[in-house]
Amino acid sequence: MKFKTFAAFVAPSLFMMLLFIAFPLVSVFVQSFYVTQPLYETVEVETCTPGFLTQTCVTETKSQPLRDEAGKIIERTIFVGLQSYRNVLEPDRLWAAIQAGSWNAVQSIDFWKALRFTLTFTLITLPLVLGMGLAIALVINNAARSIRGPVIFISLLPFIITPVIGALSINWLFRGDGILTATLEWWLERDIAMFAQAWTIEILMMLYRVWHVAPFAAIVFYAGLQTVNQDSLESALIDGASRWQRLRYVVIPHLGPLIVFVSMIHLMDSYRVFEEVVGFSSQGHVISLQWLTYDFLTPDQAGNRSISRASASAMLTMVGIAILLVPLLRRTWRDHKGGRA
Amino acid sequence: MTARALRQPLSLRLFSGGFLAFWCLVAAFPIFWITVMSFKAPVDAFDANALNVIFGPETLARGKGWSLIDIALGLGVVLATARIAVRRLPGLVAANFPGALTPVGWILAALVLGVAFIVAFFGLVPLLSGWLNPVAGPLGRDIIGATTEHYQTVWIDRGFSNNFKNSLIVTAGVVTVSLTVGTLAGYGLARSGSTLAFWILIAALIFRALPHSVLVAGYLPVFISSSEWLAPILGDNAPTLYGKPMAVIAVLVAINQPFTIWMLRSFFQNIPSELDEAARVDGCSHFQAFRRVIMPVMWPGVITTGLFSFLLAYNDFLVTSLLLDASNQTMVPAIAGMFNRETTTTDQVVAVAAAVSITAPLFLLVMVFQRQIVSGLTAGAVKG
Repeated sequence: MKFKTFAAFVAPSLFMMLLFIAFPLVSVFVQSFYVTQPLYETVEVETCTPGFLTQTCVTETKSQPLRDEAGKIIERTIFVGLQSYRNVLEPDRLWAAIQAGSWNAVQSIDFWKALRFTLTFTLITLPLVLGMGLAIALVINNAARSIRGPVIFISLLPFIITPVIGALSINWLFRGDGILTATLEWWLERDIAMFAQAWTIEILMMLYRVWHVAPFAAIVFYAGLQTVNQDSLESALIDGASRWQRLRYVVIPHLGPLIVFVSMIHLMDSYRVFEEVVGFSSQGHVISLQWLTYDFLTPDQAGNRSISRASASAMLTMVGIAILLVPLLRRTWRDHKGGRA
Repeated sequence: MTARALRQPLSLRLFSGGFLAFWCLVAAFPIFWITVMSFKAPVDAFDANALNVIFGPETLARGKGWSLIDIALGLGVVLATARIAVRRLPGLVAANFPGALTPVGWILAALVLGVAFIVAFFGLVPLLSGWLNPVAGPLGRDIIGATTEHYQTVWIDRGFSNNFKNSLIVTAGVVTVSLTVGTLAGYGLARSGSTLAFWILIAALIFRALPHSVLVAGYLPVFISSSEWLAPILGDNAPTLYGKPMAVIAVLVAINQPFTIWMLRSFFQNIPSELDEAARVDGCSHFQAFRRVIMPVMWPGVITTGLFSFLLAYNDFLVTSLLLDASNQTMVPAIAGMFNRETTTTDQVVAVAAAVSITAPLFLLVMVFQRQIVSGLTAGAVKG
């Protein structure tokens, strides 16, 4: 294909990606070094209240935003260097907390709290999703052909559901004396409040994520199971391999590339964990990195959005993505070189 | 391989079947349960006793209930819809909307079916049972407490229909634009082995990993102040992009683009390139070959990719909640607002009804397109 034709085919898509992905990325990077705020002036105001015989007058200095002729607040954008990053990372408080040796103090700083949860969440859900997905794929593969269709239909439901709604539906099962909390209480014979402390909420969030993603892993693995080489299975059988050994040494190596694929997708997606925080309304106890940026972007009570801090926390989130992507990119690059050679 | 050597011991088969049943229960239970809750009075919906939630004594005491006849009629409508969706719809669409019109046909068919279901379930069934119940004796007595009032509250009083309309606009826009743009790019990338194509795909892979909040942090200030910086180009009526569905469509299309082109590329690679080479030998240009030879055979891949674009746009919370104002809100942010603000149990059940309303179209979608969704999930994986 000639370059011109290729360019004509790809141009619209490339244009959209440059304009709406690459450009915002650069603009976030730049924004994170600047702060836009209203210009303030200091004025002396004399307020007088009527009193007996004479008025009582108080003079005080007050700072108020400067306005132009139209009455609009004049804003000014100044270069602040790394100040926004400092506001997000709060290195002084972090250092003080580390010196005091207090983990709780570290966890009281929003960014570190979010980072801690995001990493725990990602690393704990990954093996669960892989294991659960593999187990479901194996049992579906083991089931009678006639029930596979309906079973796959039911399995797809958690995957297809809107993430916020899925989290909400699990939330409703446990909220207050929800049906599952009641069952747990009856079973353990003690009072349980699922939403009163951080760790129970975290467990619920992870359970939700495994419920949501395991079907995806299962379907991918199930497709892989259809292409397992029957000859190697047979020779393993003749060599006297047990069922477990055949699974361990023939089937799982065959699924290897798929396991890597699912892990990569899952790492990328669970690092962006966000909907769970909304669905479980857990912001009082547990927050994630992406939720932190979202929170900075939401207008506060005065209607201001802290764009600079949001940009700084967004850039810091990106660092994690970059680390995640390096092995993936190296592998793709190797494949590409290998494919051409 | 001998069948006997592979026969599994009973214990293993029992365990396997048991685990499968357990998983199906886990997968379906939350969705089933919120559907049940949405038909109950608040006291019943949040009752600690499961039987009370299912049979709804409090709801029944308020005179709201379904008799056996109602249940039979309702089930009949649901099953008929499911049957039509799975058995008849694909054939009808394929016959009446050949080739390029297929997606339009699907949208129309889904809309017609959805409206027909709502009319039948919420209009026809109560009407019929109103006639039948008084004459049917014991069959006509209410046995399960259930009410559709929460759905009426959500859709009519809370203006959820407006949110639904916005969701529809955003989703339709995203699917159409991202397929048009993505198909061209996917074809170009599949047929070009150049290094540039490789780097575009790598860039797309990196873009796919970006957290959406990073991108929104980039748009927000630009969109809010857009009437100022667009003024030199567009004059006085330059729009503020913040809060406009069009802007959100553009953003979601871009976010979706990396995924779309990867997926479509892998579908196009499955179409043998001899096909368009033959057309080129016969004197077609690349575009003509694309239009006359590739377009007629690419629909399965395009429909699958379209489904995933639909899911992204329909399920999105982050972008729509930050970039749309209250009057243009789509369904998902709307319900999150509803849930966080309201505290009485009635409001909670209303939110549950809204959640079920959002899930229902997705349910229908899986029913009709199960095969395409599965093939889409595996397409990316099997070919790496």
